[in-house]
Amino acid sequence: MSLRLTTGGRLIDRAKPLSFRFNQRWMTGLAGDTLASALLANDRVMVGRSFKYHRPRGIVASGVEEPNALVGLGEGARFEPDQRATTIELFEGATAISQNHWPNLAFDVGEVNSWLARFLPAGFYYKTFMAPQAAWARLFEPIIRRSAGLGRAPDRADADRYEQAYAFADLVVVGGGVAGLTAALAGARAGQRVLVLEQTAHWGGRAPVDGGVIDGLGPDAWVRNAVKVLEKMENVTLRLRCMAAGLHDHGHLIGYERVADHAPQTDAPRHRLWRIRAGKVVVATGALERPLSFAGNDVPGVMLASAVRDYVVNWAVAPGQRTVIVTNNDDAYRTALALLDAGLAVPAVLDTRESLTGDLVQAVRARGVRVLEGKAIARVRGRSRLRGVVICRQDSAGATAMSETIACDCVAMSGGWSPVVHLWSHCGGKLLWDASAAMFRPDPTCPPTGADGAAMAVCAGAASGALGLADCLRDAHKAAGGTGKPPQAKAPTEAPIAPVWVMPAKAGIEARSKMWLDFQNDVKVSDVQLAAREGYESVEHTKRYTTLGMATDQGKLSNINGLAVLSEALDQPVPATGTTTFRPPYTPISFGAIAGEARGDLFQPLRRTPMHGWHEAHGAHWEPVGLWRRPYCYPRSGETHRDAVNREVLATRRSLGLLDASTLGKIVVKGPDAGRFLDMIYTGVMSSLPVGKCRYGLMCSDNGFLIDDGVVVRLSDDTWLCHTTTGGADRIHAHMEDWLQCEWWDWKVHTANLTEQFAQVAVVGPNARKLLEKLGGMDLSKDALPFMTFAEGTLGGVRARVFRISFSGELCYEVAVPASQGLAFWERLMAEGAEFGVTPYGTEALHVMRAEKGFIMIGDETDGTVIPQDLNLGWAISKKKVDYLGKRAQERAHMADPDRWRLVGLETLDGSVLPDGAIAADAGYNGNRQRNTQGRVTSTYYSPTLGRGIAMGLVRRGPERMGEVIRFTAEGRLIAARIVDQVFYDKDGEKQNV
Amino acid sequence: MKRYSVFAVAREAMNWHTGWERAWRSPEPRRRYDVIVVGAGGHGLATAYYLGRNFGITNVAVVEKGWLGGGNTGRNTTIIRSNYLQDPSAALYEKARSLYEGLSQDLNYNVMFSPRGLLMLAQTEHEVRGYKRTVNANLLQGVETRWIGPGEVKALVPIINIDGPRYPILGALYQERGGTARHDAVAWGYARACSAMGMDILQNCEVTAVRQANGAVQGIDTSKGPIDCGKLAIVVAGHSSVLAEMAGFRLPIESMALQALVSEPIKPCIDVVVMANTVHGYISQSDKGELVIGGGTDGFVNYTQRGSWQHIEETVRALIETFPVISRLKMLRQWGGIVDMTGDRSPILSKTPLGNCFVNCGWGTGGFKAIPGSGWAMAELVAKGEPGPLAADFGLDRFREGRFIDESVAAGVAH
Repeated sequence: MSLRLTTGGRLIDRAKPLSFRFNQRWMTGLAGDTLASALLANDRVMVGRSFKYHRPRGIVASGVEEPNALVGLGEGARFEPDQRATTIELFEGATAISQNHWPNLAFDVGEVNSWLARFLPAGFYYKTFMAPQAAWARLFEPIIRRSAGLGRAPDRADADRYEQAYAFADLVVVGGGVAGLTAALAGARAGQRVLVLEQTAHWGGRAPVDGGVIDGLGPDAWVRNAVKVLEKMENVTLRLRCMAAGLHDHGHLIGYERVADHAPQTDAPRHRLWRIRAGKVVVATGALERPLSFAGNDVPGVMLASAVRDYVVNWAVAPGQRTVIVTNNDDAYRTALALLDAGLAVPAVLDTRESLTGDLVQAVRARGVRVLEGKAIARVRGRSRLRGVVICRQDSAGATAMSETIACDCVAMSGGWSPVVHLWSHCGGKLLWDASAAMFRPDPTCPPTGADGAAMAVCAGAASGALGLADCLRDAHKAAGGTGKPPQAKAPTEAPIAPVWVMPAKAGIEARSKMWLDFQNDVKVSDVQLAAREGYESVEHTKRYTTLGMATDQGKLSNINGLAVLSEALDQPVPATGTTTFRPPYTPISFGAIAGEARGDLFQPLRRTPMHGWHEAHGAHWEPVGLWRRPYCYPRSGETHRDAVNREVLATRRSLGLLDASTLGKIVVKGPDAGRFLDMIYTGVMSSLPVGKCRYGLMCSDNGFLIDDGVVVRLSDDTWLCHTTTGGADRIHAHMEDWLQCEWWDWKVHTANLTEQFAQVAVVGPNARKLLEKLGGMDLSKDALPFMTFAEGTLGGVRARVFRISFSGELCYEVAVPASQGLAFWERLMAEGAEFGVTPYGTEALHVMRAEKGFIMIGDETDGTVIPQDLNLGWAISKKKVDYLGKRAQERAHMADPDRWRLVGLETLDGSVLPDGAIAADAGYNGNRQRNTQGRVTSTYYSPTLGRGIAMGLVRRGPERMGEVIRFTAEGRLIAARIVDQVFYDKDGEKQNV
Repeated sequence: MKRYSVFAVAREAMNWHTGWERAWRSPEPRRRYDVIVVGAGGHGLATAYYLGRNFGITNVAVVEKGWLGGGNTGRNTTIIRSNYLQDPSAALYEKARSLYEGLSQDLNYNVMFSPRGLLMLAQTEHEVRGYKRTVNANLLQGVETRWIGPGEVKALVPIINIDGPRYPILGALYQERGGTARHDAVAWGYARACSAMGMDILQNCEVTAVRQANGAVQGIDTSKGPIDCGKLAIVVAGHSSVLAEMAGFRLPIESMALQALVSEPIKPCIDVVVMANTVHGYISQSDKGELVIGGGTDGFVNYTQRGSWQHIEETVRALIETFPVISRLKMLRQWGGIVDMTGDRSPILSKTPLGNCFVNCGWGTGGFKAIPGSGWAMAELVAKGEPGPLAADFGLDRFREGRFIDESVAAGVAH
């Protein structure tokens, strides 16, 4: 059984017991425990079920590489599935449940898969479930979906908050072990701005558990001193519980800080995502131990040797009372010594190597432990809890009748160590296979490079393959550019590792079908060999066919074992197989942290006009337009939106309406070459526009398609103001800058987007002039300010630009005032306009009125496939200009095709409103058996002015077919409509020109 | 080729699965083939498969620089739909979708096509109008889609937040027979079927030159030596421009990184595919339980297969806003692929200035769903030397003539 030892435990505080619940049972742990160490202290070795076969799963590791001990943590709006027990710091009241079983952990119906494992090898589902055709989606897939997955999804919105922050450093040291601290000291002493990130809550990494002497001190004492020195240095920032998740191009490092996971009661954000720009990254991320592949290596009680040692030394937890050690290297002997020091039994050490003489081996032998050379585990006894191991020779085929069984409740296995090279590899750092150490380590000649072509990361210590303590510190010191002497270390000498990928070497197929590689996804040695046999020879094929390394540990535990097994199966050296791609994040990071504060009301910035609050106070129904919200209409009590829109249209046409037009883009273009520039940007001529005049302009893409429209005003000799659509302002500004910066960089033009600097009000209707004259200050008579002109002055004491333009067909003045005066000006207009029944109107009334006038709307009449000529806007295209953006494109054969769909007005025979998006079918079918079509509706509204439906549409040769009736399909119905002129109201424009 | 079935699996289980044969052969190149397809991704393999199946042309090699299915076929978000607006697109993608329905049986390889339904959310009035137009267009094109209201959206996707403070869900374009498939299996299934017809799939065989004489293709030089051919089909997605340059012509293509990511696996919580174009995010849940999430493209040209971090943030924000329960789930893995973008964001299936050389590229961000239809149309083009009705509108000449097939209005950013 596993239990808490009476003494020891460098990370726990025995004075602070903590209560927690696992599967509804209250248990006690200690401050400093992880959930895993606390579970082990409560004799909970089996904590979950595997993904595919639902086999019993126990804790294997003590850190981020843990594949098995995944739990659902928390409750309600703080429930989270798939949390690793080995990296959860225990807190008072923690609630965890095990996953992937029904009805409970001990008895799981899904375990039937385990008994059928022989029939369910890698990729069996590609070969089955094909008949009958419908059965996959209806029958098999739903069953597979239910039995797959791990934890359940949360069922409500997250109660926690998250934040994001930026950091900049010359040197970012990832990993707070002795290598990281050595690198940090070296960098900091050289005057660099240093940031140190450590993913756990403790400095020092493995060294305090593994032992040795650094500068005459034990590792614990040395680490304390080093941290004290670093804390005092102003150029150093130390950050615990902060993992480097990914290294992206240009030294962009993502840090994932778990601020309050260990203290959920506090009011701090739960996670903080750091976007770090690093001059250079020192990857001091250490190494991870590999398991060994023997039959039954997945039975709860079989653990990594390093993890067993961690639990004993760090948390004073004995994973078992009798621990057999199986290894192919010297490091695992440290585990034997730690167990012996804690008074626990080590019945045997099984070492696959022969003629062992290393310091650590001798030390273990000296304690009276049986060290068996050339030996291996043939199989294990026990199913949900280990009871013993049957041993054999490593160079044999397995156990015989004579084989010895050693009773034990824990196996500590070590297959060697793999440097953690993830960050190095994320951005293209290459690896080389070190055959003598049996590991992939960074190739220092092929680092990831930054914008300057120089290395942006360097691996240090165990992460670069320097596993011995002295080598590790020397390497780390050098990696950070340290001068002078590195810390001096003493540690036992170790004999070389002997790679072992299958145990025993000649194991038969039945045994190999029980040797787990990927513990979570149930991938066994036999599966990888099957993949190789079937031709899935690329390491990527094997991964995808077997799901090796696709579990939540992303292959940290045993990918290298899998690659080696594949290499043996293909009879090729390991480097010829290579690795799969290392992708961020290093361990999974919460979506909450990735999103940061941007949720709910803060999801996207909300742009408000100066009059936004007024609209809100007056009952505006909002419509999102880009990041703006614009009033769609202002319904009064008892009014539907439709009623409100009709009222607003009629009031405006009869007397006076006000529109908040502040969102319209206002881009100022200025400079000696501004006229020439605008002549290229617009289809018309803007350079010849006299000062004080307005002109309607069209902008096309270089492919000829209409992208935006608006009124251009010449403010002064070298200054133009370009109005754009609301949605187009930023896009068009970027479009202008794109051409200026990339193509016409020598033209003397500046642009500025002044959209938010002005509030703009459209004063619309027969009484518009009367209202503005009441304000006084400017002559707004027809003679002083005729249609399509502009004047600057003071209106009612407010500086104003007044434009005589109209999008409604009525007499209209668009008045721009400084944004700070916008609300006051609007309120003044409302007050002074009361005698005319002034009515604020929204975007829908705007749409209805423009459609009544036959004006186009970007996004309705255009969709990225429409050219101005299609919209009968040839009059706005200069025939004289040599060039403008889109001109050449518009001359292409298809663009000049007389059969193009062109804009017309449409009206139904009964006055009803045509449905949105209706399409007119034509006779016959095309080569793909689709109905031929001849047109579509682009805008359709009920016109309160005319008392019937009106629409515009694009119809093949439309303008040539006036009066013709065609049938539109929509909502499964056919609706007849007559082709008519697109201008439904005031065809001669008399009303706007008074 | 030994047939796959539940009985075959049971039979092989008796031998502990040591008796399975290779899914595809790994041959050495012959000196000459009637047709060489460059690129053993889904599109290339499907082209080869339908050359054999529909036209009896089996003296075919599929040449691949790396491992088959290793480009965008193996790194997409596996969405299959055909609710396109423009007629030529709808025809091609609907052909593909309908072939997907029977593909497992056709190939005797379970590609796990799962018509679980697909929603494109409308979150602005403009999108409502756009999707209604698409429904009307689809009706005339023979593509089954319909417009559904927010209530039905909520019923199909219980975890969706239909009253978001910024962009409430106004409805959706629903394609009930859209869905997903297992992307790797599509490549593997075609590869196995091609190999069984006697075609050679040459992996780790990089093309270094395209040889030509008298204006027509003669063969290719590869890292495994020169190979002659009667016809050459270039089907290499992100590296199309590179191959075109070898063949002596230019393509109107830009290559960019597109990203995707998956969550840790969880029990089923979303059964349909949801695309939200206003907020830029799309999501489905794989049979393994991972949420499969599509991200954005970088706004600059590159070949890194990585992509910029801020797109991941934008995508995840959009999805948390739409599905608040996912906030506490974790991102397991993010990656990128290289997509080749044309001027109208629609593909190219075309003859080229070089005789007997054909090109299939430009699928942009949406190639996976098209694989069977693309292969079908491309095989016809290669076999006959002229495009059939499916490919007719996707020729290179459309850029010269201005005959664009632009889906941007219906598909927003992602398609």
